[in-house]
Amino acid sequence: MGKMIMTADDSASVRQMVGFTLKGAGYEVVEAIDGKDALMKLGKQKVDMLITDLNMPNLDGIGLIKGARSLPACKFIPIVMLTTESQDSKKQEGKTAGATGWIVKPFKPEQLLAVVKKVLG
Amino acid sequence: MKEQFRETFKEEAYELLTELESSLLELEETPDDMDIIGRVFRAMHTIKGSGAMFGFDDIASFTHEVETVFDMVRNGLITVSPELIRHTLAARDRIKALLDAADGGEADPSEGERIVAALRRLLPTKTEEASQPAAVARPSGPETSIAKKVTYRIRFKPATGIFLNGTNPLALLNELRGLGDCRVVAQICDLPPLAEMESELCYVYWDIILTTSGGVDAIRDVFIFVEDDCELRIEIIDDGGRLDNEADYKKLGDILVERGDLSPEEMKRVLSEQKRFGELLVEKGVVGADKIQSALMEQQHVREIRQDRQSQDTVASIRVPADKLDILVNLVGEMVTVQARLSQIAAINMEADLLSVAEEVERLTSELRDNALGIRMLPIGTTFSKFKRLVHDLSRELGKEIEMTTDGAETELDKNILEKLNDPLVHLIRNCIDHGIEMPEARMAAGKPGKGTVHLAAVHSGDSVLISITDNGAGLDREAIRAKGVEKGLISAGAELSDREIFAQIFAPGFSTAKKVTSVSGRGVGMDVVKRAIDALRGTIDLSSQVGKGTTVTIKIPLTLAIIESLLVKIGDDCFVMPLSLVNECVELTREDVEKSHGRNIANVRGGLVPYIPLRERFKIAGEPPPIEQIVITRINNKQVGFVVDHVIGEHQTVIKSLGRAYRNTRGLSGATILGNGSVALILDIPQLVDAAEKDELYQC
Repeated sequence: MGKMIMTADDSASVRQMVGFTLKGAGYEVVEAIDGKDALMKLGKQKVDMLITDLNMPNLDGIGLIKGARSLPACKFIPIVMLTTESQDSKKQEGKTAGATGWIVKPFKPEQLLAVVKKVLG
Repeated sequence: MKEQFRETFKEEAYELLTELESSLLELEETPDDMDIIGRVFRAMHTIKGSGAMFGFDDIASFTHEVETVFDMVRNGLITVSPELIRHTLAARDRIKALLDAADGGEADPSEGERIVAALRRLLPTKTEEASQPAAVARPSGPETSIAKKVTYRIRFKPATGIFLNGTNPLALLNELRGLGDCRVVAQICDLPPLAEMESELCYVYWDIILTTSGGVDAIRDVFIFVEDDCELRIEIIDDGGRLDNEADYKKLGDILVERGDLSPEEMKRVLSEQKRFGELLVEKGVVGADKIQSALMEQQHVREIRQDRQSQDTVASIRVPADKLDILVNLVGEMVTVQARLSQIAAINMEADLLSVAEEVERLTSELRDNALGIRMLPIGTTFSKFKRLVHDLSRELGKEIEMTTDGAETELDKNILEKLNDPLVHLIRNCIDHGIEMPEARMAAGKPGKGTVHLAAVHSGDSVLISITDNGAGLDREAIRAKGVEKGLISAGAELSDREIFAQIFAPGFSTAKKVTSVSGRGVGMDVVKRAIDALRGTIDLSSQVGKGTTVTIKIPLTLAIIESLLVKIGDDCFVMPLSLVNECVELTREDVEKSHGRNIANVRGGLVPYIPLRERFKIAGEPPPIEQIVITRINNKQVGFVVDHVIGEHQTVIKSLGRAYRNTRGLSGATILGNGSVALILDIPQLVDAAEKDELYQC
């Protein structure tokens, strides 16, 4: 069984693209439409990695990362944030919250896979 | 598939634009509502981010401008005004127009510029420059790789809390391994006692040596997510440039000092004890064992890659492991043996067809032998260039001015011999520099140029190579050597000896006239070690010197160790082999001659006296010698010594086989070979036999 990755993004097109790319590479994918949805699903299902957007309604990416890290099952999993921010401040904020790494939008499927491979080992 | 994503994006974008429109209208009513401001910003943000991902670059870059403005509104830098709402609504319409245009419609570019200009006017002046299109696609695909392979020393010391943000350091190390030839040593010196250890923290760090053509950026990319919270040191330790035949690498101590794991003072202190440096450091607790292991790993890694590269540099064709060549040479040796048998059988049977085949095989085998041995040959220059550095370093250390010149660097020698020749040559050169060449002031006073020279030369001579080391230093002190020789009981006080014979004393064990031991020319290890090493290579060493002018040491070394031309002789039923390179001539020895010499074992050869060793006696071979025996006269260290045998059979191509372990230390024999008829012949070690006989003589006196 492939590793389970959650993608949390309020943009359906991004979720679709991420999901399609990951499934094509043999991963299993669970989608969440925002931070709140993601956190709720994380409480019920074990995932091996989380890919999250930063700007989302209800609960944003930073909030999601902090929430996820407080769940025992998610304490050590890789969490990658999707960001369009060119400034380091957002990345830094994410890292402080507990993110493992980031992917700068726009990205290509192969860039996404490279990062997933990098953090999942 | 991309088309499908584009469609999804457009649907999503139209929805977001509708939402944006209503949000903006709401915002006009309640300009301070942060929720609505957040919604507007997110809508813009999603359109920008997803747009760039699915190829709507114009939408992405335009939306970025509007997003920038709303980011400032969100951060309280500008306030919501009717003007802002008006321009943003226009921007929203513009985005919709761009989306429509993607379906084949047209959008007027000047309108976009007008809206952006109007929005920018709302910004505080200083941020105007900062806003720039961010959605321009980043260059993608692999960067042009640098073909040169560079070796890096990397120390990756992650923050102890690295696991807590989901980073797996092993994944990073594996990623590094994917970049090239990589060695990793874990440093565990920071591990606390088990009771104090927190399982969620990382106490280990890693030293990595990596050879890659990917460049330093590829390495930094591996650590991109952790570089801010780890100690990451990346240093180039080998730039992949051409090596001047210098495949060696830094010493252990130098590596540790360079890494900052050891101070130069500590190194000097520990070095002065002359043990294995690494062991000493660990013993004394100066540096941890894992640090030593890491430095040793670096040393080995770089040496290996340099050796690889050197063989690529020197031979511009293919690389073959040396042991494969050894196997080839061994096989050729077997072939030579079998061919000798074939020739013998053909000679006995006298069948014309068999004879012609045997001759053909003989010719081919001989060519094959020469070619196979030729493959293992390396120019001696590879060794010479190493010495340039040695001379440079030592002369500086001793405060002398010395120049090294070389000649015949292209002369080729068997690789195995070259390797074994290295240490004796180093020793001789050290001696030249330390004892031979005088200090500049002394040289000037003697009317010589202040700068001394050490000249290394190599030249072919038959099936041997002559290597000479000449210095223009003080020369040997004949009387000091003589006195020392007498004192040591090596020569008798009244003996009349030539210079050569006196100088030969230097090679006796434990002989040294140096009044003090210096760090340069070793710690009491004498020239006897050099001589033994040369003997082991079946070579000879000779020395000549003139007071005030300098000294020349000449080493004669056979071209190869595997197959030699030799002289086959017989005593009783046993065959023996003598290296032809040492043989001068053969003369008969009759019973009368023996009687005339009155048991002194000296033959008269054309008026000169030649001492001989009766091998039958020496080897205690039973039976009577024939009435006329043969003396094989050899020349060693410019001395003629004969060996009495029953018969001289003739020249023989000898494939050298080493003796079994039990016989390895047998003096007087250097190996064995298999003859054409399958029997074994022992190879005589001429220098050792002469040595032993001389000692026996001394004891008899």
